[in-house]
Amino acid sequence: MGRIPTGVFVALALALAVGLATAVSPFASASPDGLEKVAGDKQFLDEGRLAGVQEDSPIPDYAFPGIENERVATGLAGFVGTLAVFAIGFGLAWVLRRRGPAAGGSGAAAA
Amino acid sequence: MIDVSIALHIPDGFLSGGVALACGLLAIVAVGYGLRVANVELDEARVPLLGVLAAFIFAAQMLNFPIAGGTSGHFLGATLAAVLLGPWLACLVMAVVIAVQAFAFADGGISALGANVLNMGVLGALLAGLAVGAAMKVVPDRRGAFLSVVGVVSWLAVMIGATATSFELALSDTIPLATSLPPMLGVHALIGIGEAVITVAAVSAVLVSRPDLVALAPEELRRPLAAPAAQPVGGEA
Repeated sequence: MGRIPTGVFVALALALAVGLATAVSPFASASPDGLEKVAGDKQFLDEGRLAGVQEDSPIPDYAFPGIENERVATGLAGFVGTLAVFAIGFGLAWVLRRRGPAAGGSGAAAA
Repeated sequence: MIDVSIALHIPDGFLSGGVALACGLLAIVAVGYGLRVANVELDEARVPLLGVLAAFIFAAQMLNFPIAGGTSGHFLGATLAAVLLGPWLACLVMAVVIAVQAFAFADGGISALGANVLNMGVLGALLAGLAVGAAMKVVPDRRGAFLSVVGVVSWLAVMIGATATSFELALSDTIPLATSLPPMLGVHALIGIGEAVITVAAVSAVLVSRPDLVALAPEELRRPLAAPAAQPVGGEA
């Protein structure tokens, strides 16, 4: 075993992420999670509400709109969401990246 | 009523304006520093890594696993991000994930966005940055020791997020600390085990395939396997 190229690494990791979000998330537990459970038990869940901008959020509650089958709607939401997060993270990192040679030199040796 | 899906994700309405604002300012400082660190440290080769890590954390957060008593939990990812990219870039990654969840998926509030970034991202990432480094000074520079440290720290990161959430709810007069903290810690002690399992699995996969990408690993472990310094040219895989 050694090192695999960065491009291959990223492609594999992205495929895993998209696969999990698309094919596995529809089968995830629908039980209330940590805070939601405590909020329900302790009677403050109803204080939660959506902010104005969230009324028009494109994919509310991880269900792709206009699709009746819940599992398909969730899987599609996961597919689109994962790719969108990748694109935004990549884009942000690209804009912010270091220009020019390393100042401190850490990490450069490994490349 | 609209189904507000939470998590450790706080929806709007749980926090007072003052608490939301204070958390927002802290999150802005941490993420802002992350932006600066990116400018100095993030080389071109790691640009796609930041994107793919955010994507992986987003995907993994969708996978709620059942824990005791009709409750579920999901991965948070702050420790994973910090171990791979360092704590400040991790703050950035978590902010991207949590902001997309809030704006595109109505998961977690908008005024509570800062609190969510703080609880699920910044606190865990900074804890990991401090604790992993400190622990590695004490334990041997071996894979098993490093992964054990990562596992324990990722569990702690979840507990700290849950604790912070309880404090914020108490300061907001939503629910007294004595009422929310015990069940929050109880539930998240179990969720933290899931966090540790996923974090350790992911970090060990990266250690096998690209050890140089594990920012917080000791130098010894970041070299490709069995490649001591003085290999002449041609020994590359």
